[in-house]
Amino acid sequence: MTAPAGGWTTGTIIEIDHPTDRLVRLRLHVDDRVDHMPGQHYVVRLRAPDGYTAQRSYSVASDPDDPLLELMVECLPGGEVSGFLHDIAEVGDVLELRGPIGGWFVWEGDVPAVCLAGGSGVVPVVAMTRYARRLGLHDLLRVVAVGRTWSELPYAAELQRYGAFLALTRENLGDRVAAPPYPAEMETLVHGAERAYICGSVGFASYATRLLQESGMRADAIRVEQFGESG
Amino acid sequence: MPITRGFTGRRRPERPDRLPPGQYDTGSSWPTLTAEATPSLSQEQWEEQWRMSVDGLVAEPHSWTWSELQALPRSSYVGDIHCVTTWSKFDMTFTGVSVDTLLEVARPLPEAAYVLAHSTTGYTTNLPLADVTGGKAWVVWEVGGSPLPRGHGGPARLLVPHLYFWKSAKWITRLELLEHDRPGFWEQNGYHDRGDPWLEQRYQGDP
Repeated sequence: MTAPAGGWTTGTIIEIDHPTDRLVRLRLHVDDRVDHMPGQHYVVRLRAPDGYTAQRSYSVASDPDDPLLELMVECLPGGEVSGFLHDIAEVGDVLELRGPIGGWFVWEGDVPAVCLAGGSGVVPVVAMTRYARRLGLHDLLRVVAVGRTWSELPYAAELQRYGAFLALTRENLGDRVAAPPYPAEMETLVHGAERAYICGSVGFASYATRLLQESGMRADAIRVEQFGESG
Repeated sequence: MPITRGFTGRRRPERPDRLPPGQYDTGSSWPTLTAEATPSLSQEQWEEQWRMSVDGLVAEPHSWTWSELQALPRSSYVGDIHCVTTWSKFDMTFTGVSVDTLLEVARPLPEAAYVLAHSTTGYTTNLPLADVTGGKAWVVWEVGGSPLPRGHGGPARLLVPHLYFWKSAKWITRLELLEHDRPGFWEQNGYHDRGDPWLEQRYQGDP
């Protein structure tokens, strides 16, 4: 199937909160919304009075069934768009939006899959888990989420409730000692998965790709969404 | 479209004539983006196994080994690159071989009008033939005088710097000449068939 695609529209911020001092969660009412598939993203464009614009892409966290569109944005140092969303945006503000976009990093619930996400790379995976939950496809989607600490990992509690395997690298979690995930932990999660989704920073994606291949995943079954520093 | 309340913008380009609409100058950083697992072949394996092929609607389909390609007349591009994720990077120097040089050997047939570029990973991207001829496209293996790093598409990538950078396929291995346009990887997934940054042709449906 071809993933849905939407053109430029506007959205109004209905809810905004800051789960940590580096994250801002926006929930928007989108005008003439085209429902997304889990894993797709939106572009947010900011426009200054002199016509100058800045735009960045952000993955969607919400289930397609959610009446609002949820974005979780990590505030990057000096980030022009993320900084604005973090520090200035408030309820009632109208933002230019374009989406949904992307047809590759999308899970339609059609194949058994394993997701390996690092840091704010969990966002599209959260959309996939919400979708899986609603449609009773839980058995088809296994999730590994990697963060530095519990409090820095977006949606940590929700992912744990989903049954995700959480690996923290800077603090212990229960009786698991702080460490990145290692092949022995991955084998049962990878077993039977016909596709893998990796989302995170460049360094994380490179690590995760090797890890999955060492755990038995075929390279051509791995889909990567990788982000650099683009503020 | 509405002005965003409270937004003034932090960066104004120093050289606005060099920055296409919606882009910003990434300065010294060079972000990497990829949709697939980066190939894990060693340089030695690569040089032994890799071929650069030109085929499809050509009079003489041809493949070059790594060393044969290196022996062709070299050509460099000095200038800017633009990624659809909104960064642009100025004053890059890439060195390799002009696609014109490869096409002189393969000789496109009159009906050839499009190119589908293939990577070793299975990645593909489509381009009008006119966008890779006339000194506008290269197969490159050096950046800034050093070997092109694996994450940036090394050992060799396509370079089509006047289009968004997803057209500059990493880990290039084949140019297939076609009569009709055939959407590549990102083009099947919502991105534009041509991708001119100055016309802001980011997504399917953009003019």
